[in-house]
Amino acid sequence: MSAPLIEMRGITKSFGAVKANEAVDLSVAPGEILGLLGENGAGKTTLMNVLFGAYAPDAGEILIQGQPARITSSADALAAGIGMVHQHFHLAPRLTVLENLLIGIPGKSGRIDRAGGLARLAEISRQHGLTLDPNLPVSALSVGEQQRLEIVKALFRGARLLILDEPTAVLAPSEVDGLFSALRSMAAQGLGIIFISHKLNEVRALTHRCTVLRHGRVAGRVDDPANTTSAAMAELMCGHEIVPPARKPSTPGVEVLRLDGISTSKHSGTALRDVSLAVRAGEILGIAGVSGNGQRALAEVISGVRAPDAGRMTIAGQKVSRFSPREVQALGLGRIPEDRMTTGLVTNLPLADSMVLPRIGTAAFSAKGLLKPDAIRAFAEEQIKAYDIRCPGPMTRAGALSGGNLQKALLARELAFDPKVLIVSQPTRGLDIGAARFIHEQFLAMRAKGCGIIVIGEDLEELLVLCDRIAVMYEGRIAGTLDSADASVGRLGLLMTGAEGHG
Amino acid sequence: MSAVFEQIFQVGFLAAIIRIATPLAFATLGEMFSERAGVLNLGIEGIMLLCAMTGFTATSVSGSLWLGVLVAVLTGMLMGALHALFTVVLGLSQHVCGIGVTLFSSGLAYFLYRLIFGQQSVPPSIKGFQTVPIPLLSDIPVLGPAVFNQFTLVYIAILAIPLAAFVLYRTPWGLSVRMVGENPRAADSAGVSVIATRFQAVILGGALMGLAGAFLSMAQFNAFTFGVVSGRGWVAIALVVFGRWDPWRSAGAALLFAFVDALQLRMQASGLGHIPYEAFLMLPFIFTIVAMAVMSRNAVAPSALLKPFRREER
Repeated sequence: MSAPLIEMRGITKSFGAVKANEAVDLSVAPGEILGLLGENGAGKTTLMNVLFGAYAPDAGEILIQGQPARITSSADALAAGIGMVHQHFHLAPRLTVLENLLIGIPGKSGRIDRAGGLARLAEISRQHGLTLDPNLPVSALSVGEQQRLEIVKALFRGARLLILDEPTAVLAPSEVDGLFSALRSMAAQGLGIIFISHKLNEVRALTHRCTVLRHGRVAGRVDDPANTTSAAMAELMCGHEIVPPARKPSTPGVEVLRLDGISTSKHSGTALRDVSLAVRAGEILGIAGVSGNGQRALAEVISGVRAPDAGRMTIAGQKVSRFSPREVQALGLGRIPEDRMTTGLVTNLPLADSMVLPRIGTAAFSAKGLLKPDAIRAFAEEQIKAYDIRCPGPMTRAGALSGGNLQKALLARELAFDPKVLIVSQPTRGLDIGAARFIHEQFLAMRAKGCGIIVIGEDLEELLVLCDRIAVMYEGRIAGTLDSADASVGRLGLLMTGAEGHG
Repeated sequence: MSAVFEQIFQVGFLAAIIRIATPLAFATLGEMFSERAGVLNLGIEGIMLLCAMTGFTATSVSGSLWLGVLVAVLTGMLMGALHALFTVVLGLSQHVCGIGVTLFSSGLAYFLYRLIFGQQSVPPSIKGFQTVPIPLLSDIPVLGPAVFNQFTLVYIAILAIPLAAFVLYRTPWGLSVRMVGENPRAADSAGVSVIATRFQAVILGGALMGLAGAFLSMAQFNAFTFGVVSGRGWVAIALVVFGRWDPWRSAGAALLFAFVDALQLRMQASGLGHIPYEAFLMLPFIFTIVAMAVMSRNAVAPSALLKPFRREER
């Protein structure tokens, strides 16, 4: 194999007492796709931020084509031919595709070089099959297209090494295939690619070699990912064996939630069109679909945040009339919202306050219009213990907790009240294998206790493992419902793109 | 009634609109640059007052009008830099700092003016800018004398509008300004310095606010009084919203406001005497409120307006 395009040697980076990276070595050759694996907090992002110039390492060196390089800013990294596609896109939605490409590019005689930009874009599109309309505002692009723009942006700046931070997290299965073929084409033309992920099947399908990080150190390297089992890689990541939770057969009981012909107006996002579904006690129903096909509206209606224009909903046999969060909660619904930080809890308040927020007015936490701080604190302490939520204490600012611990806290606050139905959106987004495993176990335990659970998710593998039935949403409708025994990623994928009608 | 209309719609009326619109156009463009970069500058009212004072003082001491303009512009840039230091570099609240800058600048203007000129029964005045007819163009009927027989600063304002649009939409720097106002992280990862770009935009804005102040004390009133700005800075902030953060629309908004203002001045003078003059004075502001209420429904502010940028934050 040819000399490495980029080599990181002995990179160490500490934040206070925490060593985020310790003596990490990593190299990428031209034409190579390197998988960078690790759980959350393993130091992947820190390492890439060092490479991209956002952090200065405490020790270690970076070599670019054998030459030591000093990278202290993203401008340095760009000049050195390193491009990064962040997990959260760095695009300005109201500017056009071309303007987003030309930012930071010197102009021609004082003007933006539009003609030059268009020519360069056309060339990149041709080379890698990445087509984009230069004059559309970014807000008009789909998530997949925005990601394509981010990749083009890096190539536009002459990147020879492309870093992609969990690029598939936001994509539908069909889009993932497109991304992978573009990445393979780029590698074939001599680019180096670092692919960060914790989805092992993707890493095995795409990468040539893997470096696995654990607790900031290199836990191991995999030279032949395609012929290495996921279990072996998961073990490297976690340091111990991971057994997927077993879903015991169960006999669903009575209907705990029913939606009949629910439609909403197009208030924000995709509207629901005549959605009917039912969940029985002791059953987990998955809602699959490419994000933006009405899942948010569905979650909002079920959680009582938004009233539908038509249709009726019953919880445990009782009709929901007013559609307020308090009403559906009183009827026995628990909810874990999609975005932990914005709709889940109040990041600037103590964790304990967030944990009682949905039930702040109940007798358990307030009396005569005054809060009962001791009861609130005791409740939080109890849950922290029961769910092993890692935090300094109940009065810690909620925003300071890690994603996995926040999700545990949100789960605890609902499960403590024994809901008849639980609706969760993206329950394990951004969580590592260990934390996700814990959340899954809790769902299965609730299922065994006779709770009906709706899981809205984009990770089909996860839904297939967890759910008894999976309904697929497409353009605000239920495109089909499959028993998970009959479902496969391929079939669900077809439904998700609207290719298959009611099945 | 027709006599009233005749009195209103004439060359003098058109000329008055242009004259009233000029300081508003400078101020609005200045505020627009600052806000496009993501920095609300509530210091505008005070900055205009201070610049009106320093420009006037420089001219009355040196006798040179253009030196006065230069001093006013430099004052505006300095105050812009002060606001940028607080809000961009230190990342403090733009509202609080802006009001602070206005209070500080106004206080400083009063203080320095008293210190330099003392208390005089007749306020000192200067021989301000004179109108400069542009050959040929000023001979166009109606439009000629109204638009092309004006102060040089008016011509500069007219040229500033397309220039601002060019800079904002056609130059790499303008793209950087728009980008740091929409998504500073995107600009940062493209190697554009967010701090520097915002700093520059706020300072450019301050320079334009300086021109607005200079126009008031050196062309329009030829004297400095404490009421020389009287809310024009605040109006400019509204006009930026009304103009949807676009140079052309912002200038149009300034023109529209000036039209209503000129109209009410004429109406005051036109013998609709039984109505108290205060009622007319309210007109432009009522217009602003109504226009804002209607227009701001669709107006979309730069996404990163009011948000300080710190690199390490997520």
